Amino acid sequence: MSVLVLGRARARLAEAPTLTILLASLVAAAMLLAPTYLIVRVAGEGSKAWDIISASNTTDAVIRTAMLALAVTGASIAISVPLAWLTTRTDLPLKQLWTVLLVLPLVVPSYVGAFILVSALGPRGTLQDWLSPFGVERLPEVYGFSGAWLALTIFSYPYVFLPLRAAFQGLDPALEEAARGLGKSGIETFRRVILPQLRPAMMGGGLLIALYTLSDFGAVSILRFDSLTRIVYLQYTTAFDRSAAAALGLVLVMMALMLVLIEGVTRGAGRYYSQSQRRQPATVRLGHWRWPALLLCLLVVGIGVAMPVSVVTFWLVRGLQAGESIGFVQEAAFNSAYASGLAALVAVAAALPVVYLAVRHPSPASSLLEKATYAGFALPAITVALALVFFASNYAPTVYQTLGLLVFAYVVRFLPQAISACRSSLVQINPRTEEAARSLGHGPSRVFLRITAPQMLPGLSAGAVMVFLTAMKELPATLLLSPIGFHTLATEIWASTSEAFFARAALPALVLLALSGVPTALMVLREPAAHE
Amino acid sequence: MRRLLAAAIFAALLLPLAAACSGDSSSSLTIYAGRSSTLVDPILKQFAKETGIHVRVRYGDSTELASTILEEGKNSPADIFYGQDAGSLGALLAANRLTPLPGDLLQLVPEAYRSPQGLWVGISGRARVAAYNTDKLSPSDLPASVLGYSDARWKGRVGYVPPSDGFPDFVTGLRLILGEDAARAWLQAFKANNPKAYPNNLAALQAVADGEVDVALVNHYYLLRSLQEHGQGFKARNYYFSSGDPGGLINVAGAGILDTAGNREYAERFLRFLLSAEAQQYFAESTFEYPLAAGVAADPQLPPLSQLQPPKIDLTRLSDLQGSLKLMREVGLLP
Repeated sequence: MSVLVLGRARARLAEAPTLTILLASLVAAAMLLAPTYLIVRVAGEGSKAWDIISASNTTDAVIRTAMLALAVTGASIAISVPLAWLTTRTDLPLKQLWTVLLVLPLVVPSYVGAFILVSALGPRGTLQDWLSPFGVERLPEVYGFSGAWLALTIFSYPYVFLPLRAAFQGLDPALEEAARGLGKSGIETFRRVILPQLRPAMMGGGLLIALYTLSDFGAVSILRFDSLTRIVYLQYTTAFDRSAAAALGLVLVMMALMLVLIEGVTRGAGRYYSQSQRRQPATVRLGHWRWPALLLCLLVVGIGVAMPVSVVTFWLVRGLQAGESIGFVQEAAFNSAYASGLAALVAVAAALPVVYLAVRHPSPASSLLEKATYAGFALPAITVALALVFFASNYAPTVYQTLGLLVFAYVVRFLPQAISACRSSLVQINPRTEEAARSLGHGPSRVFLRITAPQMLPGLSAGAVMVFLTAMKELPATLLLSPIGFHTLATEIWASTSEAFFARAALPALVLLALSGVPTALMVLREPAAHE
Repeated sequence: MRRLLAAAIFAALLLPLAAACSGDSSSSLTIYAGRSSTLVDPILKQFAKETGIHVRVRYGDSTELASTILEEGKNSPADIFYGQDAGSLGALLAANRLTPLPGDLLQLVPEAYRSPQGLWVGISGRARVAAYNTDKLSPSDLPASVLGYSDARWKGRVGYVPPSDGFPDFVTGLRLILGEDAARAWLQAFKANNPKAYPNNLAALQAVADGEVDVALVNHYYLLRSLQEHGQGFKARNYYFSSGDPGGLINVAGAGILDTAGNREYAERFLRFLLSAEAQQYFAESTFEYPLAAGVAADPQLPPLSQLQPPKIDLTRLSDLQGSLKLMREVGLLP
């Protein structure tokens, strides 16, 4: 039986174009560089590494970190489903504007976002000041689990919001119309027909959020939550113990693989494409419901965008009043946009063969290739950066600290975002159209470019935008791997905030937000508008 | 046609990637600077301008850059490591990556602020202080020794910065002065007082000014910068420990020449420049740190370096942080 299955799987993989297999394997190999480095660092320290991994405080940290990852993922999905539905299927006023604003929290670097959260919600923060006339003496503790949970949810939920929007747009309205026709209520239709079809996007995006939470350092350090990544950083920064840090890094890789497996299982083997011709669904009229809907959008945008922007603007104004000279940042802005733009293009190009192979030629091998690309995403940025320092400086010195290596580092860090978005759009495309094109005598690459890729466009652009936005704020790899003297907006912000020159950090931070809004707006405006 | 155009645009975008920027290592000086570019970039530019030497600086976190040099091994492009603290210099020293400096260069700085083996030299110094909220406390309310903060009177009122620069060094000093057991006992009592941990010195100082905590153990110069940014109304001031109290440790930002340095002459010229009156004056005025080379005075708002009575500790021994971190984990001050 199993031989039969394996045999069939092999046959399916064998049908795949050799070039695709080759490209996908190359991509997966690149993505395994960081885990390989960890093994190199741990090797030879076997017993010591095991002591660190099996220590009771490591176990505690694993549990704490896993709980945070689950809580952040759950909350992100819970707010993203209604937001994605509102901005794709309803007559919500200013839908496109809301969409752009709802994506923007993703570009707020977590260390900046968490800092602002503390200054707004912390003890003696702005909110406390406002509420104290009403007799509110104490706010709930912002430090620890709850603060880290709030910050990571607000600044990473777009990872699932974007793919969910793409999924809503790719849904075949015929299914829900049929359900309604059979007398199901709106809510039941949503639960029984729509929700299951959203599962790939929800799980894919949720996986990204969980892995991102494992890897985040900025928010947990400012909000004082001792996640595994914070402990890894401490090993590097106070103990210079690279093997201990690597041992803990391997624990993170294990956690990542577990999450990827869970996602793979829950994803199931269902079909998510429709047989009929795609058409636009009817717009849902919100009526009076538009007020609570607007309130929800306002709340999320308020915490995720308006609050950071107003605090940063306040820094800028206060600095200008104090006579601080605010330098121009156009070079840093160009560098950020250029390197991040390249990373977005390369990441989407690298994601395509991996996703195509995994979806169109499913087999244990193609699935393994896809899962391998996620291995490094849960690692702290500093670990990935040092891994690339190690490999590039010792084995590829000519590319060391060049723009090419920086772009490569961005792709290595953020490829899973592109993979996730591409996958959830490819599974919505009926392979019959491709087969039909093939039967008409077109080659596989032509079919892919002419038939498949255009239909994947919402997913491709969502993936590219996510990679772009996260690369714009990337810091650790940028500091260590960029060409010398290459400043980005993120390094400018870091240089100023690390030494508390907030006024000087304000302008690059605002430019970062504005620049990130451009591709987001372009993507949203290109979408086919739902018909009235 | 459209596809051809797209391919051309893509190629044009990728072109600069191929052009690896290769600087000639012997005619330029590459510095890995673990200090904020906002703080030191002006003075590094001044060096380039005065000497005509092409200076290439990589800024980053001090400890991350030290780790980077360790990963790069013999292929490191760096000539100079300019670190934020004795700890990261110590990590490079322990890995035999620093090379001996000439005696006359070392002589520019008092013995207490350089490596006894002559492998690195301190450039500027910072004192550990207790910053207190001026609404709630006056200096006479504060204990003369940092050891007083384990008293139950200070329960929940003290802020500190466990992982970052300063506090682990303070713990090392404590161990060297009091001995291992007494240091552990004090840290346990301190921990039992529920001190609040902050991610960095500035956040701790801000918490003092906001009244979130009454006192915080921090470095001296953040206050002067906050005063500059917020004005004299900023509700925090520094208390300087004296009489060799372990609370009043002075740590240094320092620099050393790496074994991978391509041009030693330039590297030595750079270190001499950092210790020149011009550069030392810059540190006094712009970063509010203590200039370490003889003959340059600190900012007038600060007590002079000569009047501070820091504990007498070999700073190189501060670079052995492992024991302190282990102790901090043991008593639960670190995860």
